[in-house]
Amino acid sequence: MAQKRLSITVAGSGGAGVMTVGNALLEAAGLTGWYAHMVRSSGPQIRGGEVAAMICVSPEPITSEPAHCDLLLAIDWKNIDRFGDEISLTGNSLVVCDPELGQAPASIGDSAARCVEVPLQRLAGTIKGGRPNMVALGVAVQMVGIPRQFVQATLEKVFQGDQRVKAAMAGVDAGFAAAPAADGLASLPLPTAPCTGRWSITGNEATALGALHGGVRFAAGYPITPATEILEWLALTLPKIGGTFVQAEDELAAINQVIGASFGGVPAITATAGPGFALMMESIGLAVAAEVPAVVVNVMRGGPSTGIPTKSEQADLNIALYGLPGDAPHLVVAPTSVNDCLNATQWAVHLSECLQSPAIVLSSQALGQTRIVDDKPAITGTDAARDVPEMIEDNYQRYRLTPSGVSPMSLPGMAGGRYTAEGLEHNEAGIPSVRAGDHLQQLNKRRDKLTRFDYGEYWADIQGAGSTAIITWGAPTGAAWEQLACSGKFDGGLRLIALRLLAPEQPERMAAALDGVSRLLVVEHSHGGQFYKYLRSCYDLPDDTRLFCRPGPLPILAAEIACQLEQWNKP
Amino acid sequence: MNDAAVEQFSARCYKSDIKPIWCPGCGDFGVLASISRALVQLQVPPQQVAVVSGIGCSSRIPAYLNAYGFHGVHGRALPLATGLKLARPELTVLVAGGDGDGFAIGGNHFLHACRRNADLTYIVMDNQVYGMTKGQASPTTAPDWSLGQLTPGGPGMNPFLPLVLALGSGANFLARATSSDPGGTANILVEAIRHPGFSFVQVLSPCLTFQPEQRHWKKKVRPSPVEPTSDPVRAARRLMTDDNFFVGVLYRGEREPYQEPVVELQSELSALESEFEVRDLAYASSKVNAR
Repeated sequence: MAQKRLSITVAGSGGAGVMTVGNALLEAAGLTGWYAHMVRSSGPQIRGGEVAAMICVSPEPITSEPAHCDLLLAIDWKNIDRFGDEISLTGNSLVVCDPELGQAPASIGDSAARCVEVPLQRLAGTIKGGRPNMVALGVAVQMVGIPRQFVQATLEKVFQGDQRVKAAMAGVDAGFAAAPAADGLASLPLPTAPCTGRWSITGNEATALGALHGGVRFAAGYPITPATEILEWLALTLPKIGGTFVQAEDELAAINQVIGASFGGVPAITATAGPGFALMMESIGLAVAAEVPAVVVNVMRGGPSTGIPTKSEQADLNIALYGLPGDAPHLVVAPTSVNDCLNATQWAVHLSECLQSPAIVLSSQALGQTRIVDDKPAITGTDAARDVPEMIEDNYQRYRLTPSGVSPMSLPGMAGGRYTAEGLEHNEAGIPSVRAGDHLQQLNKRRDKLTRFDYGEYWADIQGAGSTAIITWGAPTGAAWEQLACSGKFDGGLRLIALRLLAPEQPERMAAALDGVSRLLVVEHSHGGQFYKYLRSCYDLPDDTRLFCRPGPLPILAAEIACQLEQWNKP
Repeated sequence: MNDAAVEQFSARCYKSDIKPIWCPGCGDFGVLASISRALVQLQVPPQQVAVVSGIGCSSRIPAYLNAYGFHGVHGRALPLATGLKLARPELTVLVAGGDGDGFAIGGNHFLHACRRNADLTYIVMDNQVYGMTKGQASPTTAPDWSLGQLTPGGPGMNPFLPLVLALGSGANFLARATSSDPGGTANILVEAIRHPGFSFVQVLSPCLTFQPEQRHWKKKVRPSPVEPTSDPVRAARRLMTDDNFFVGVLYRGEREPYQEPVVELQSELSALESEFEVRDLAYASSKVNAR
């Protein structure tokens, strides 16, 4: 079977232009008609640290990260050792390096990979304004088989000014000419039909876009890796559609600005990561008590504490589910792919607005900072719909009991709708109360409005109907999905359940999803098995349920899941 | 504006029917009266007013007013009000609370709200003590106040000067008022609400339960002997040298209130998405290849 995809890693020190090469390679592959997927890996420094762009290109959609690197382009050797764990080289791998930058470090030199030398710096030196990274780009596109004109089209987007494009293309051409034969690398077919409807986007950008499609017109945030790109895109885009963005002084302010705007009737969002998320907890509880819609995106990174800011993990599940003081039912939604960041976030806004509840969107660095060229998903038709009364009835009560549990919400400016939103427990009128009856009534109301709602089929992605099932959530979904191709190996086939709605729990839907499953493999990217414990506490699982959990920073690979399943399949 | 014929909204229109839970003699009763009197003078329809607060005795004030209210978490009233005001600029947004809420747990937001200079009016009822938790030292408590439950020998730190901090951080209107003169305080609040940008009013509002000596404040306060200035240097010198008992408007700044960037509006969200499109050069490529 011909190899259907190529994985290329570009590595070098921060400031060497690694990401420029990675982005250009991804864009040019997109123009060529291929799908592409780029994971960025970097240390916490901006300059002088280490950066690697891990790109995968294929004529077919890409769902997970490849296990091995086919082609490694080393712009320099500085700090490349730090990627020793992440860059897996085999006997089939090719390493392109600059002989004038000294010996390859042990992690590379000792691998079975074949080294090919190209004097990147010297070639760049012969060009006015030339840079080694553009020479490396030329080498890559020649070896991968991307037509030259698409590289030019890409660089014209990246660089402003003819002179810079000219210098960059001169570097690319030098790389083209100096590229070694691509012996052993798969040759990917060029498409023979138009490839329309694709986009190039990161999970963070898709998240921000999904929020706007959901009706968000206010955002506030405090910068934090790896969530900042969501805020950056919203800061640029919201004013263009009449919305508002505020850079807050901290995450405590950001979440309260969001609650204030939403109290005023404007759907609102903030985005953060673990440390900022922890700071927001108290006020998310306020949104629960006061029944104010608010969406909080947590792009999870390695924890605890400052942890590993630039790498992915799924270890904020516990705090998202259980981090609020008191009995505080709320929504937790998780996208299952980079593309799904769009619809899952839009859905979260929709749910938050409909149910007057905070919604937490659990993304992760692996989704948020991965750039893809993929088929653009259809925009679903769910707009934020808050129950705002057109006419305020006499004796309006903000927290009036209703069959759905959701009470019509008046907005400032509406005569007759005056109330004080309360973090204190209150009665139906919103007046503070310490009475047992009022407390129980409002606790029930806040619970019931979430559990009575029909979340529909979108609560989870379920594929296959086998008696062996994988259950997972978030970023590992792609790697788990790839196992379905080998369903035949399992008696009764293989099933995948990827949860999108984590709270409130859905016992009936889960029972249906697990119907006929006798063996269940739980897959998650955490050290402590948080997802497994959550499933155990909320749902009836088959007797033969196993757990595969592993912390970051390395992603969960399809091959690892396959290995787990194989062990199980052994007699 | 006092003509009965034009006066659509009376003081009763701005008061809710919830009875305040404050101790007898609490200064906050006077401040509550001043706020509704100020709103009468301004004749803002009650539904156009939002009062945002945090936690503490004085932060219970939104429920006692007939306006939209938000009684949020401790220390975060200013950012919540900022979000509301930026989302709904046509509303009159007041923020109210105490010295602990505003200067201790919420201190960072106080600095940045002054700096942002959004068109808000912040009323701090300063009694130099945490009343709701039964008498602990606050950021404005004297260093030798030894009655605090958590600082038996006194806090040992200088009280900070909220008006000086506000000036240094960029607030656009500064005043000191006293709960013992509800009429005078109402007049100051009217001016504070009318002044563009962030207006900060420190109201000396005694807590007779935990700081009984504050009953003498009404004898100590006196009108500021000088006219308000718009010169921050002059204001700073006055604020650094006064004895914290001058009341009146102390500074009228001329900064432009916070404004969002003006950009060209685009009608369609789909137009904004075009930045992500991958141009379909692929088919052309296959033809190039065939040649």
